[in-house]
Amino acid sequence: MQSHEADNELTIDCLLLAGRIMIESGAETYRVEDTMLRMAQSQNMLDAQCYATPTGIIFSLGKTQPTRITSISSRVTDLQKISLVNSVSRRLTSHIISLEDAYDELKSIQKTNYFLPIYIQVFAAALASGCFLIMFKGGWSDFPAAFIAGGFGFLTLILINHLTKVKFFSEFTASLIVGSIAFFAVKFNYGTELDKIIISSVMPLVPGILITNAVRDLMAGHFMSGMAKGAEAFLTAFAIGSAIAVILSF
Amino acid sequence: MDIIVQLIVSFFSTAGIAIIFNVPRKTLFHCGFVGVIGWIIYYLLTERGMDVVDASFFSSFIIAIVAHLYARRFKMPMIIFIVAGIIPLVPGGMAYNAMRNVVEDDYLQGLQYGLKAFLITGAIVMGLVFAEVLMQFVFRAVRSSKAKLRKSYKK
Repeated sequence: MQSHEADNELTIDCLLLAGRIMIESGAETYRVEDTMLRMAQSQNMLDAQCYATPTGIIFSLGKTQPTRITSISSRVTDLQKISLVNSVSRRLTSHIISLEDAYDELKSIQKTNYFLPIYIQVFAAALASGCFLIMFKGGWSDFPAAFIAGGFGFLTLILINHLTKVKFFSEFTASLIVGSIAFFAVKFNYGTELDKIIISSVMPLVPGILITNAVRDLMAGHFMSGMAKGAEAFLTAFAIGSAIAVILSF
Repeated sequence: MDIIVQLIVSFFSTAGIAIIFNVPRKTLFHCGFVGVIGWIIYYLLTERGMDVVDASFFSSFIIAIVAHLYARRFKMPMIIFIVAGIIPLVPGGMAYNAMRNVVEDDYLQGLQYGLKAFLITGAIVMGLVFAEVLMQFVFRAVRSSKAKLRKSYKK
């Protein structure tokens, strides 16, 4: 009996860790619940219940067992971690790896930083901003301005995210930087269309994954998570918009 | 000529966004490809004079179908392929114009742009959801017909 309970503890730890990593990397809530329940069923926990929100997970085994909670304070977008956890859960549910191996693997996934070096990310953001300018029918003469504004905007976002947990502030400052670079570029004749430069350089900051996930959660019937993520997306959009409004009012 | 330039820049912009979202390395190219397909459909439809809202719907519909096929092939969550692809469709320009008009005290015009941005977002989302449901139906039908085929073969 004692060893059986210890086994259950390990399984619950493993499930909660998997769910936690997925939510912290920005997965849809309904997918998190689905993954956790599938993993639970593969470990002979047939009447397990799981309730996930963007700020925490509640997991219960049934009448006699204690219910466990894990709370989540910060979320980023890291699609690689989501796909790694997904592959661990796939292998666990088809009994290719054992529970202990899965737990070890999840722990190493949680610790590792899978992001590319910052300079590559900034370069990618800058290149994307420049390309967006061409897609939105801007002229090639504005390409350098959008490239620089997009790169510096994203760099600011990363740097300030390290300093403070308040996402609103970092997004506001980042788009403030974007707006002022675009403004001065046009003023000193390095660019022609202020509107297009700003729109395309702000694109890397747009909360695309939040909007998509919010709606997919809403459609799957998870109204709490959907509304919460929608609120987060709205806050981000509001931060970008108000910073641009500050620039435009000069 | 114009369309070739659009093909190339849409690939690089989508792949750049995919790097920011840290997609698994081996799917980077495919994410860019999803973005190219979505953007070219949007571009051609709007060039032919279709409304932006309708074009966004069709474009995100196709994006979700391609993403679904890739997700099955790579056995990865579908969201990896969708997210970068729909970023170019996000109505950043409309939202910007709404903001600018509000700042200039022209609230009526600002509201008009804001409403349009809201409609485009709704169209993108509807495209994603419709495609997802359609693919579920298709794959269920394929699976059941395969099962029937196997049954009749055994007889």
